[in-house]
Amino acid sequence: MTDDKDVLRDVWFGRIPTCFTLYQDEITEREAEPYYLLLPRVSYLTLVTDKVKKHFQKVMRQEEATEIWFEYEGTPLKWHYPIGLLFDLHASNTALPWSITVHFKNFPEKDLLHCHSKDVIEAHFMACIKEADALKHKSQVINEMQKKDHKQLWMGLQNDKFEQFWAINRKLMEYPPEDSGFRYIPFRIYQATTERPFIQKLFRPIASGGQLHTLGDLLKDVCPGAIAPEDGEQKTQVMIHGIEPMLETPIQWLSEHMSYPDNFLHISIIPRPTD
Amino acid sequence: GISWSIVESPSSENGISHISVGVDVVWCITKDRKVWFRRGVNSHNPCGTSWIEMVGEMLMVSVGLNNQVWGVSCDDRTIYFRQGITPSELSGKTWKAIVAVRESDRSQTGSSTSLLSAGCFFTDDIQNQTNAIIQSDADTSSDTELPSVPMNLANTPPMGAEASSSGNGTGNQAAEIPVNLTVDPLDSDQGEATVALTNNEKANLEMHKSTNPDPSAELRWTNIDLKEAQKYPVLSVSTFAETSSLSSLGMFSVGAEEQQYGADEHPLWAWVSGGGCLVDLHSPLKWFTVPSGLSSSAQSLSLSITPAQTAAWRKQIFQQLSERTKRELENFRHYEQAVEQSVWVKTGTLQWWRNWKPYKWMDVRVTLEQFTGSDGMRDSILFIYYMYHEEKKYIHVFLNEVTIIVEVLNEAKHSFALYTPERTKQRWPICLAATTEQEMHDWLSLLNMSCCESRRIQGPPSHHAIWSVTCKGDIFVSEPSPELEAGPHLMQCDQMFWRQVGGHLRLIECNNRGIVWGIGYDHTAWVYTGGYGGGFIQGLASSADNIYMQTDVKCVYIYENQRWNPVTGYSSRGLPTDRYMWSDASGLQECTKLNTKPPSPQWSWVSDWYIDFNTSGGTDREGWQYAADFPASYHGHKTMKDFVRRRRWARKCKIVTNGPWLEVPSVTLWDISIIPSSDADDEEAVALWAISDKGDVLCRLGVTQQNPAGTSWLHVGTDQPFISISVGAYYQVWAIARDGSAFYRGSVSPKKPAGDCWYHIPSPQKQKLKQVSVGQTSVFVLDKNGNLWYRQGITPSYPQGSTWDHVSNNIRKMSVGPLDQVWVIADKVQGSHGLSCGTVCHRTGIQPMEPKGLSWDYGIGGGWEHITVRGNATDASRVAVQDTSEENPAVSKDLEGEEGKGKTEHSRTPLMVSESQELNRNTVNC
Repeated sequence: MTDDKDVLRDVWFGRIPTCFTLYQDEITEREAEPYYLLLPRVSYLTLVTDKVKKHFQKVMRQEEATEIWFEYEGTPLKWHYPIGLLFDLHASNTALPWSITVHFKNFPEKDLLHCHSKDVIEAHFMACIKEADALKHKSQVINEMQKKDHKQLWMGLQNDKFEQFWAINRKLMEYPPEDSGFRYIPFRIYQATTERPFIQKLFRPIASGGQLHTLGDLLKDVCPGAIAPEDGEQKTQVMIHGIEPMLETPIQWLSEHMSYPDNFLHISIIPRPTD
Repeated sequence: GISWSIVESPSSENGISHISVGVDVVWCITKDRKVWFRRGVNSHNPCGTSWIEMVGEMLMVSVGLNNQVWGVSCDDRTIYFRQGITPSELSGKTWKAIVAVRESDRSQTGSSTSLLSAGCFFTDDIQNQTNAIIQSDADTSSDTELPSVPMNLANTPPMGAEASSSGNGTGNQAAEIPVNLTVDPLDSDQGEATVALTNNEKANLEMHKSTNPDPSAELRWTNIDLKEAQKYPVLSVSTFAETSSLSSLGMFSVGAEEQQYGADEHPLWAWVSGGGCLVDLHSPLKWFTVPSGLSSSAQSLSLSITPAQTAAWRKQIFQQLSERTKRELENFRHYEQAVEQSVWVKTGTLQWWRNWKPYKWMDVRVTLEQFTGSDGMRDSILFIYYMYHEEKKYIHVFLNEVTIIVEVLNEAKHSFALYTPERTKQRWPICLAATTEQEMHDWLSLLNMSCCESRRIQGPPSHHAIWSVTCKGDIFVSEPSPELEAGPHLMQCDQMFWRQVGGHLRLIECNNRGIVWGIGYDHTAWVYTGGYGGGFIQGLASSADNIYMQTDVKCVYIYENQRWNPVTGYSSRGLPTDRYMWSDASGLQECTKLNTKPPSPQWSWVSDWYIDFNTSGGTDREGWQYAADFPASYHGHKTMKDFVRRRRWARKCKIVTNGPWLEVPSVTLWDISIIPSSDADDEEAVALWAISDKGDVLCRLGVTQQNPAGTSWLHVGTDQPFISISVGAYYQVWAIARDGSAFYRGSVSPKKPAGDCWYHIPSPQKQKLKQVSVGQTSVFVLDKNGNLWYRQGITPSYPQGSTWDHVSNNIRKMSVGPLDQVWVIADKVQGSHGLSCGTVCHRTGIQPMEPKGLSWDYGIGGGWEHITVRGNATDASRVAVQDTSEENPAVSKDLEGEEGKGKTEHSRTPLMVSESQELNRNTVNC
């Protein structure tokens, strides 16, 4: 009898082994060794790459080492997406470690947001949590919380403290006993094959007839292309945290157990490998 | 204020009868029971503007801290909670009935056991109270004359032998006294062997028959209170025991019959007060949702796992997550972590039972440092800073070496003990005390979490887990390593890590499919829900959905002592040398009705003091027992020689806690046994036998992994009440009757779950049995003098066996597992620094051809009451065979050398092992 709490732990402690290499055109004083790191899936690139930055700055000329940004196979990686999402979306089904290229020059202004300090990440993270609670509880829970609770959520994420984070986040995952779920499920669906950044719509966890909506129901409703036609072959993979939950999984359960720390379900839809 | 201003009542004909004011709200009830909410109340206009009638009729309402409202309804007198009250909607939405359970609604029959009991260390000597009498009959049997040689050569000091011979000495003195006297006041249970008590029992039986005619003709004895059969003797607490035992009170004995309290099934509430209750707006009121079936019949209670929990999607998520972890982490563990974990510290001031003489509590500074190792493992060190002759010193403990943290029952302090394997050997744990219970629980919770973290233990216990219960009723569970029962280097049982599970129980039984049942001191049966944590273990170290409220009731006893003098007769004026006129059983502690407190702050009194007429030895009509002098053996009628008398007073106390347990209603139980089955499929029903607290033998039907609570009881007829039962792996059911003899149940099978008839098995000579445990094929029994016996000669054609072989003495309780492994609670174990009473011990050297084993290995204790190893079926035979077969002679030689027995003829070839197992299988099947 495995407890659902184990899922929270597994989600939190998900790690992606990553190899950082410096982009070949960067000007260095000596050759830069690759840097290997275990990245927390639930965190943000710019939040956990201080060591990477330091490592490569050592071989760079001081004036060259400006704002760091990351790229994978030509795609600039958005720091404001959780790391696990970036990996699932761009690098699923590839060999590990995940090979990320580090840039200091030519910041891609049209693709990436600037991230000059950790405060920017915190602001983005808290904005996501607030948006999620607006969907779930009309913002009631997050507004009832004190400033220090907000801080604890952020510090929990920043310092990789599962207990610290969940002591507060637990409240965000509750719902009144007379309801059987959240008002709306905070989710975002990302597709590797389209230009559109993501799909986000209002979606209730419970159908009007009282039955639980499933992941399949959600996709059918907001992203019908993601699921196979009745007779056809499944051409896509629906990934959350590196796994493919069954389409029968209740969306409320997923929201409670497999949301990222920003309280959103980040769902990646990627083409199924053909081999 | 200065003056009153009038607020008009809502209706002119019906005035306000009740009003309740919150922080921002006013609610009232009018004489016609209507409920009203005052509109427009605020700090500028505290009178508000007008009344709004609310739905519903209430007797009264009560407003809580954040404007939450509670009420008692008029028609059904249930308690309601107003739902949907928010700062923006202060009147709320609807009334919701909440289920408030009164614990006292269950039948109450308290019981308890004592911590300490007189006895000896392990020897081969058979402990036999009636030895002397037998010898005077010139009828010495060979087994009573075995030399008293301590078996545990290394550890037992000469004291062991002394103690055992003094036991016989008592018997010798007894020979001078008429046979029907209880010999030793401290060994009251042995008094049951006497004629006097037997008569007394008969008298009881007749009395019950006449006063309480039994509807069931088959069960004439149903109303006999069996609890008397399990009286435990009481002994004063020695200075040694104080540090290594869990209780310094240790005198809660079995409850007696008396009036029950709280009889109604549906309480009619008259008043509710929520004035001190802060209800978090968004947290569901889980503490009022009771498990279904609590108030309904046994049949309706189903612990079925909801379909959602077994659903394929859930399984798939668990499976995929573990695959993901493997894929993404397994080969990369040497990578650096992106986020460094900083050192984290908790400090505080506690008291420490110092480790030099004179032993006493001293103030210490305590610091827990948590850090993350290079492998990502969390580890912690506990530092205790103290002053020794003006010099600052400290001791430290690595929490990954801690084997258990256990609360200690202490009258004045909130204390707990911390053991490591070394400390277990010494019988001298680190004892710390906090000033408040909350502070202690904070430390316990944190230390427990740190221990589990450093050992990477989380979630519920496995199906193989070993469960144990302390004399405090605390529940502990340990994950057995495969090396525990087999292997070239057996794991010693002082290395086992125990973690606590919430709840309060007297005994616990399990099997290897995760079915676990427990019985409380009030005889309530509980079934394990699959959760973990509970009690003081809060937050993430505790499961969310499987924790329920649990309660238990037991008795505290004190003694009123009087001496006879020629002028006034018996009076409470004793001799200057006499014991306290109100005392504990030993007479050493003064215990008055006023100064005697419940065992700990978690307990509260639920009855007043009443005279206990069920004291062993019998009492007169006023509850007195007479004797020549203190301390002596007491009897229930006054004679010319009696100069002192005493009577026992009992008072019930109740604990309310929580844990992963659900009540199995209706029938209260004394003993349980669950079949240890290894190869049954998930859907198949599991044999579960039980004995009710009246002595009925019962068979639970419909027990499966999905529904461990089962569906209904099947009654199995007997000629007399039973006290112990056990079902072996092949449906061998053995039981012990109240008269101390054993019974074997014939023809039990899955198709015939209750079997057909009982076969009487005579007990070992002159011994009255009290417990039986059946493993795969082995059958062991325990007698009332603490001797452990093995049933010899069980064959396919004769499953009842032929004779009893003596194995050991000094045993309180035992559990035989599905590998035929034997674990016991030993009465006394001497460590290098202290003595422990009630200690977990493991029989080593058990082999297919050596089922009795060779020696004992000592584990956690003292203060332990019960253990069950019936879940541990980790297939050890293969390992064992590999390691002891001729293929690996060096290893097997080493092993035997270590044990100092060198019995080479016992090492088996694989073929022989499987053959004998086949044979055993046939034994029971035919």
